[in-house]
Amino acid sequence: MSSIELETHADRSKMSVSDEVAIEISGMNKWYGNFHVLRDINLTVNQGERIVIAGPSGSGKSTLIRCINRLEEHQEGSIIVDGTELTSDLKNVDKVRSEVGMVFQHFNLFPHLTILENCTLAPIWVRKTPRKEAEETAMHFLEKVKIPEQALKYPGQLSGGQQQRVAIARSLCMMPRIMLFDEPTSALDPEMIKEVLETMVELAEEGMTMLCVTHEMGFAKEVANRVIFMDAGQIVEQNEPEEFFNNPQSERTKLFLSQIL
Amino acid sequence: MSDLHFVRSEMLPERAPPASTVGVVGWMSENLFNGIVNSTLTILSVAFIVWAVMGFLGWAISPTWAAANLRDCQEIVAGHEGACWGVIRDRWKQLLFGFYPQELYWRPILSFVLLFIALIPVLFAMISRRMNWFLLLAVLAIGALQVGGTLGVALAVVLAAGAAFVGFQMVTTNKADRAEQIAAGAKRLPNPLIFSVLYPFIAPWLLWGGSFWLPIVALLGFVLGWAAMRLTAGVIGTLGATILAFVVPVLWWLFAAAGFADVAHGILPMGIEAVESRLFGGMLLSLTIGVVAISISLPIGIVLALGRQSDLMIVKALCVGFIEFIRGVPLITLLFVASTLLNIFMPKGTNFDIILRVIIMATLFASAYMAEVIRGGLAALPRGQYEAADALGLDYWKAQRLIIMPQALKISIPGIVSTFIGLFKDTTLVSIIGLLDPLGLSNTIRAHTDWVGIYWELFAVIALMFFVFCFSMSRYSMYLERRLRTDHR
Repeated sequence: MSSIELETHADRSKMSVSDEVAIEISGMNKWYGNFHVLRDINLTVNQGERIVIAGPSGSGKSTLIRCINRLEEHQEGSIIVDGTELTSDLKNVDKVRSEVGMVFQHFNLFPHLTILENCTLAPIWVRKTPRKEAEETAMHFLEKVKIPEQALKYPGQLSGGQQQRVAIARSLCMMPRIMLFDEPTSALDPEMIKEVLETMVELAEEGMTMLCVTHEMGFAKEVANRVIFMDAGQIVEQNEPEEFFNNPQSERTKLFLSQIL
Repeated sequence: MSDLHFVRSEMLPERAPPASTVGVVGWMSENLFNGIVNSTLTILSVAFIVWAVMGFLGWAISPTWAAANLRDCQEIVAGHEGACWGVIRDRWKQLLFGFYPQELYWRPILSFVLLFIALIPVLFAMISRRMNWFLLLAVLAIGALQVGGTLGVALAVVLAAGAAFVGFQMVTTNKADRAEQIAAGAKRLPNPLIFSVLYPFIAPWLLWGGSFWLPIVALLGFVLGWAAMRLTAGVIGTLGATILAFVVPVLWWLFAAAGFADVAHGILPMGIEAVESRLFGGMLLSLTIGVVAISISLPIGIVLALGRQSDLMIVKALCVGFIEFIRGVPLITLLFVASTLLNIFMPKGTNFDIILRVIIMATLFASAYMAEVIRGGLAALPRGQYEAADALGLDYWKAQRLIIMPQALKISIPGIVSTFIGLFKDTTLVSIIGLLDPLGLSNTIRAHTDWVGIYWELFAVIALMFFVFCFSMSRYSMYLERRLRTDHR
């Protein structure tokens, strides 16, 4: 799984973690009907941290990060994002969502809008940014993900890797403080995985707080400052990447790593 | 064992395909004469088509245009099978307008032309200065036709040709040109969409006539609703203001509008001759019911489809109940309710126009079907689209308006247009409750001693008129699907 070798080595010196808390999850439980999908999750993420969440499928890793912008509701415990607690109060939910960017496995670009319109839609309608300014911001981020020349095309005309980079640019246009990645490379061909991962590395080097659900262990080693291993809806082990990969403590972690590495 | 080793030394150049597979000959040998069975079928089909067309033409080409009655026709064709077109020459005005006063024909014609002018900016998503020229030329052409005389007709023809030319240019202008025109022209001249918005108030006034103040007070209701919403939104919140925006216009129309119109008419009498609903008939009636029902059933259908998917239990139950009830009842039943029962429930003395009642029933009927068609489109959207909209912080209405509905409606275009076409054809059912749509008129015409026993000629012409409208809708929907296709171009 870690077959993709990154060309550029991430510059860890640029990535600094501050003391400021970005996300605080405590005693969080979630059920799908009777199925206990997330069990007693406690997790504090500081501003500037890059966290990789790994684990077998069905372990609840996607559900966990989807709870952070309330695409899924939790039933017990609390989730506080940037000082705002996620409750059924829609105002709080909207506030958190406009500060947390999310990148999906299947990109979820809007196929009826051009790339540029995909990127300017939320700034114009949610942030009330003037169109012209929103377009400038969008072009800035499209340049950053290296596809400004595709701005007037439609998502269907782009390759998977390009679409995923557009999805990243679309999230960045909202100037999020936190970025969530839900298996961003799982639906991509190997040659496209690299271009997406490199974009994510650049983002990390700029100090973005990132939570990534991914199977790209190379990315975890290169960028993450913490790796979380989940199984059966709970956090089984978390550690710095070096320790995590070289010296796993739990039997489950060892088994998982032996299977994927 | 063959040698497994192979290295290509040079890459192959591109070649043209074999001559027998391209061009007309290639197409025919591929599609028409591809083997013995297919060749036989092709020849048989062509023979059948020729036989059918010849048979029809033998009947249709019949020099009976001038015949004054069925006996004349029979003398002219002298024993052969032949159509009797005299009935069309004699009664075409009735087929188009029913018993609408002849001297006022210009009013339905004008509203029909204006309908296209109102529709063009909506249907073809264009805002251009040419639109205004088109409007001007068309109105002048109608005016010239009314003046009459050779000069008037000649002038009208020239103006109509001009309008057609401008219209053609508008429809065929390419995207970049159009964007340029919008950038340059839309600022200097009023947006033609304003006319599209005003048309629903102008057209009924033109058709039914009466005081000029009636469309004004009707429009005023919307203005009042909008004002109520704008002024109170800050004070009582969005929900309260929205409710007020519904309540204020309804109160205005129910209680104040008629009185206001009377007073205004007393002070400044302006108006045109009123025409009663019972005089409406023919295509005029079908088009009136069809156009209104079509344009209102789409928004109602969208609301019902959203309501059906809502998390709010009561809203959902109401929408499901409405849709299932209306779909479970034949349209004719609803039309009978409109023609008889509604009057029983109305307070004594209220005269609720029969065409209006029929329009309401046809609209409700179509919107239930529309809701299901749109629900199909909503169901076809991947969940990811909703999630992406949510994750970007768009609220429910913005997500619906900007992300979900544009895609769901695009998916549903074939179904929506089918519903439109079905609704338009269903307007002929109103003949059952005594309204004189084209089919109802055919009975009336046949009741006259001159034309007793004439069927096919009337039906053929009525079918042709309906076909023109239905086929146009179908072609438009294909054009729209092509225009909205964004996946690979």
